[in-house]
Amino acid sequence: MTGPLLDGARDARAHLRPDLGDRFSETGLLDIDGLHVSIQGQRLLQDVSLRLGAGEILGVIGESGSGKSLTALSVMGLLPRGAEVSGRIHLGGRDLTGLSEREMCRVRGGDIGMVFQEPMTALNPLQTIGDQVAETFVIHRGSSWREARAQAREVLDRVDLPADRFPLSRYPHELSGGQRQRVVIGIAIALGPRLLIADEPSTALDVTTQARILTLLRRLVAEDGMGLMLISHDLAVVAGMADRLAIMRDGAVVEAGPTAEVLRERRHPYTRALLAASMSGPERRVRGAGAPLLKVEEVVCAYPAARQGFSGRPAAHRAVDGVSFELRAGESLGLVGESGCGKSTLSRAILGLDPVQSGCIRLSGADIDTGVLPKKLRAQMQVVFQDPYGSFNPRHRVERLIAEPFHLLDAPPRGSARRDAVAQALQDVGLRAEDGRKYIHEFSGGQRQRIAIARALIIRPKLIILDEAVSALDVQVRAQILHLLAELSDRYGLAYLFVSHDLTVVRAVTDRVMVMQAGKIVETGATCDVFAAPSHPYTRALLEAAPVLELPRG
Amino acid sequence: MRSLVLGAVLWGSFVVLALLSFVWTPGDVLAIDIPARLQPPSAEHWFGTDHFGRDVFSMIMVGARVSLAVALVAVGIGMGFGVPLGLAAVAWRGGAFDELIMRSNDLVFAFPSLLIAIIITAVFGPSAFNAILAIGIFNIPVFARLVRGAGMSLWTRDFVRAARVAGKGPTRIAVEHILPNLANLLIVQGTIQFSLGILAEAGLSYVGLGAQPPTPSWGRMLAESQTMIALAPWLAIFPGLAIILAVLGLNLMGDGLRDLLDPRLRRVRL
Repeated sequence: MTGPLLDGARDARAHLRPDLGDRFSETGLLDIDGLHVSIQGQRLLQDVSLRLGAGEILGVIGESGSGKSLTALSVMGLLPRGAEVSGRIHLGGRDLTGLSEREMCRVRGGDIGMVFQEPMTALNPLQTIGDQVAETFVIHRGSSWREARAQAREVLDRVDLPADRFPLSRYPHELSGGQRQRVVIGIAIALGPRLLIADEPSTALDVTTQARILTLLRRLVAEDGMGLMLISHDLAVVAGMADRLAIMRDGAVVEAGPTAEVLRERRHPYTRALLAASMSGPERRVRGAGAPLLKVEEVVCAYPAARQGFSGRPAAHRAVDGVSFELRAGESLGLVGESGCGKSTLSRAILGLDPVQSGCIRLSGADIDTGVLPKKLRAQMQVVFQDPYGSFNPRHRVERLIAEPFHLLDAPPRGSARRDAVAQALQDVGLRAEDGRKYIHEFSGGQRQRIAIARALIIRPKLIILDEAVSALDVQVRAQILHLLAELSDRYGLAYLFVSHDLTVVRAVTDRVMVMQAGKIVETGATCDVFAAPSHPYTRALLEAAPVLELPRG
Repeated sequence: MRSLVLGAVLWGSFVVLALLSFVWTPGDVLAIDIPARLQPPSAEHWFGTDHFGRDVFSMIMVGARVSLAVALVAVGIGMGFGVPLGLAAVAWRGGAFDELIMRSNDLVFAFPSLLIAIIITAVFGPSAFNAILAIGIFNIPVFARLVRGAGMSLWTRDFVRAARVAGKGPTRIAVEHILPNLANLLIVQGTIQFSLGILAEAGLSYVGLGAQPPTPSWGRMLAESQTMIALAPWLAIFPGLAIILAVLGLNLMGDGLRDLLDPRLRRVRL
């Protein structure tokens, strides 16, 4: 709605920049110089220097553990106790490192606002959104609650939560993730801070919601002339809107500069690796479609919805509403949609974990929806879940974890045969056989996802359902896992059902794709065709919202 | 680690005292020696003597035996019945069995435990065994509820889904995946119930429903010392200290054990 206006503002600034040149950033709003942070003798940040001018957007990019969030926490003065800090952090010419806790409290709400990643937990579920915004004014400005609520109304209007649909009396659980994130942003900008720090503000959100949140942030920066420090692991998200980029790795800034320059010159090898990971997908060998493996016909999964009033009958909410499709052996099929569209319910129904109300699901010609799946049938199908932290029993060793599907075999291998199978599965996914003796908490997120794949692979299924299997991973790790999946599919002739909200991932690894909206499949076709020429408006909306990384020529 | 060691030392010393009392005590707890009554602590009688001239230290040693046995068996009853019931409720959650278990739990919870203990002892006569039974029955719903509540939230975790995809039935999942992940909760709750058991036994003995005279018991020692507290304060202080230290040691040990048993926390301390 403010799109054209906004782009105008950006263009205007872009024209101004050559005149301002380096002066713009030298007399900047935020000036971090030679920041070192160590905790318990461990160096976590090393000589970090960043500059950010008023009205400018600085994108800070790095993998988890690269120190990007720690940098933000240092600016906020929220480092854990016992952290040793040296270096300068200047905000508008004032050194923040020497301030007392009491002075920092004033700076935090007033001069610096912060938006966190997880909108679901950033708000107090027992307070209305109006009170949570108003509280900022009461605490920092000493306003009365009545004044504060009036100001809160203005703030919510600014973040596009209009009074008629979002009165102050709403509670967080009545809002969607994107709307909650708007409230969080509202709280952060309520006092008109000079610096806004957004730590992965859109990572937990769907593509279209993510695009809207980023547009909102961009508008607020342009309107208020704030500096925005935008932290993300996703280069594509940040590159589209940041004026300057800083790329971090292992607690140090490896490359920094104006966005276009960084993307064009790519001086540091790590920048090149990062770019390659965001751009490339694994090479796929096109296979001839095999025999039909999975057949889904007119499947309906319904949940009882909330009761209307005390005596009202609970209506059924159709999470999956008459879905039909076919998956052939060795094929890689994508299922794309936003959260709540029913794609996870559908995949659980296929796995026989959730009941189906009507329709039928056939795997190799046999019905699945009868409730109790015969083991032989079940052994043809395995799953990899999204959360690499929650999908393993923390009390068992890895060798026992990945051997679990052996339960499906009539004659599971024992003794040395079993050990060999476990070792083979670990080696297939790029781990060492000795890793089987370890517990799951000793592995990183990417390694855990490899272990999850090993577990799915160990009984050589024909189909693996990947339920957002790479969504929780960093870009580079994600690229590695995708390569691994492509390689395994080639080697063992696996079929994948790739469930994801991430279009770039689906585009990279699938032969065919289905787009799901509100329980129905609205478009289906060969991946390249659907992405090149989407026919359904929803598919087009999804594609437009997806951040695309474009490299400047040269 | 420090709390585990401290707890284990405290707790261990009570166990040693209780075991030692089978073969040796400084004085005879059944022999009455009126001339030596109400003596303050001395080299001969470490904790003094009571109004019958019995050695208080010896009585505490024998009392530890009763307290520990009652609490141990009571927690055993509670865990032995409560944990399987709770797991069964998780495995067949939402079904009639789940409902039956939980409603019977509510029924037990609805009665004050002391009242039931009084009824049991009134019907079967006061004895240490009946005290065990009464305390044990009240431990069952505590464990059943704990296991069901925590198990329910574990049931939605992905590793349980993965086990279902691996074709494992609810019973197997409950035993293989739910139970091990409840171990730390059960240990902590077990030690809490154990110390509550010691307190409950002391309470029942205090009102005369536990171990019967002449068997010494910490609770009854406290009750008997009441009338002489101004005259011989050590009669109240030492059994009271024994109860406090036993409960404290247990709680410390429970905390330490929980950390030790969790593979996620184990690495940190090594």
